[in-house]
Amino acid sequence: MIWLTWRQFRLPAAAVAAIVVTLAIVLVIIQLPSAADAQSLFDQITDLDYSLYYAGLIVLYAIPPIIGIFWGAPLITRELETGTYRLVWNQTVTRGRWLAVKLGTAGLVAVTVGGLAGLVVSWWAGPIDTATLTTPNSSFGARMEPVVFAARGIVPIGYSAFAFVLGVTVGILVRRTVAAMAVTLVAYIAVQLIVPVAVRPYIVPPDQQTVAITEENITMIGINESGRVERLGVENQPGSWLLSNETVDPAGNPIKLGEAVALAECSVTLPNQAGPPPGPPTACFAKLTSLGYRQELTYQPASRFWGLQALELAVYLALTALLTWLSFRLIRRRLS
Amino acid sequence: MILRAQGLGRKYGRRRALADCTLDIPAGHVTGLVGPNGAGKSTLLNLAAGMLTPTEGIIEVCGGRPGSGTEQLAKVGFVAQETPTYAGLTVAEHLHLGAQLNPGWDNALAYERITRLGLDPAQKAGKLSGGQRAQLALTIGIAKRPRLLLLDEPVAALDPLARREFMQDLMESVAEHGLSVVLSSHLVADLERVCDHLIVLMDSRVRISGEFDELLATHFRLTGPRRDVDTLPRNQQVLSVSHTDRQTTLLVHTSEPILDPAWSVSPVTIEDLVLAYMSRPQTRPALEVLR
Repeated sequence: MIWLTWRQFRLPAAAVAAIVVTLAIVLVIIQLPSAADAQSLFDQITDLDYSLYYAGLIVLYAIPPIIGIFWGAPLITRELETGTYRLVWNQTVTRGRWLAVKLGTAGLVAVTVGGLAGLVVSWWAGPIDTATLTTPNSSFGARMEPVVFAARGIVPIGYSAFAFVLGVTVGILVRRTVAAMAVTLVAYIAVQLIVPVAVRPYIVPPDQQTVAITEENITMIGINESGRVERLGVENQPGSWLLSNETVDPAGNPIKLGEAVALAECSVTLPNQAGPPPGPPTACFAKLTSLGYRQELTYQPASRFWGLQALELAVYLALTALLTWLSFRLIRRRLS
Repeated sequence: MILRAQGLGRKYGRRRALADCTLDIPAGHVTGLVGPNGAGKSTLLNLAAGMLTPTEGIIEVCGGRPGSGTEQLAKVGFVAQETPTYAGLTVAEHLHLGAQLNPGWDNALAYERITRLGLDPAQKAGKLSGGQRAQLALTIGIAKRPRLLLLDEPVAALDPLARREFMQDLMESVAEHGLSVVLSSHLVADLERVCDHLIVLMDSRVRISGEFDELLATHFRLTGPRRDVDTLPRNQQVLSVSHTDRQTTLLVHTSEPILDPAWSVSPVTIEDLVLAYMSRPQTRPALEVLR
């Protein structure tokens, strides 16, 4: 059974493995410059390094859905479409064992490929990830932030396993390869959007910090058409994942600055089109502080990176286990 | 008994594919399963192979529940309709697949067969003709060394010459290895030469089941002066009637001798018999009548 599985699977396996191996070789050859501190590293980064950094992100985002679409979806569907399941199910192998070997073999390769890609890219981008822990940079996000988080550490293992089994299960349900591929892609993207929005931020209660609003820590001022300060943002801890950054009243309730607080100090004269933007209304910050208004930050600190990675891996592996169970059930019950 | 079914039925949603099927097929026979397209032949064979599960009744094949485990799978070979093979795998790889997946695999037999049939081991199955593909699927089925081989319309895609060759070859293998076979076709001519047991399926029900000799000994064609069918003795069951101005021709089933001297009695062929059962509107279960 392993022989047959491998014989059917070796071409798609080789195609995806080639992408990962190529990326790994390129990353090993072209490493980031070594630098004493974060700023000098950012200064030394070339266009090529920059491209490789994003190539790593793209590959890690692409590999799980590719595995789901090209390995998972056709694994069973193609047998159903071409009728070959009726040949193989009538050899001296039970359907359960047949599915177990197919899922096990291809699933193991999927997990290995996803895991290796994650490790190689995490290793290569390590210096940048370390630098962003202390020094925010506009080109490179902190590894806690969703865009980078999903392409680092151990979560790609979970994504690959999940995408693969998702493809298999959808394939058994839909029974048409092309349709199964499309449904797999849509379902995978949906889960990939839901998790960082609705699960990851709250799986561990986020930290909160209330700070005074000062000219030094202010990073963002939003002014509406009538010249009132509407929203403020202050500096967050470097390397952390900021979930919210809002002004609260002395009782700690979030408020809308523009409506709730009508202070003369917090109105500015809007420049005409050609003029420079107005400077920070320093008096506004002092007045807000004296009235007891402060800024509240909600965030996941950088120190939770591996904890959240492990939890997210666990979530995806649990989904994988659920779908695996479902696919066995479908093969035994539905197709008979 | 190699196959027994009791009140066996299968529904797909609300559509009945097979209903109230009670059968006993003794071991050591080549059984032909005849019926028009959609009569339930494939459903019956798939139930026997364990590819489908019954929605009503029970089926027992080689003493076990079909598809219940490796032991049961080893006993039954099934060549499904359209003889599926892996298009991307070569003939030799198919035989390797058979060897890997069947503990009782007879590799010498498999290679002897494909050599004799002139199949190139290096040829991809997708490039084989319909007949060659059927032969490859049959080779895998036979080399598995099952006790019962089920063949679902194995010759449907073949030209008449290839049909004859396929059947002849099947007969040789059956004789050599002493296996029981159930094969289906919608053409009686395919089966007449090779089978010794017959099942006629029609509208998802079994119309008649029995050994050829027994069937031929209990069905007669009666020709005589024109008369009303109702005047026949009770023990003669009329399967078909045709009248001309003066003459009446009947096909009857009876286990008693025909005594009425007005009739001239002639034997029927299997084809006559099958056609009569297939064209007869069903009145009561034919099986009970036969016993």
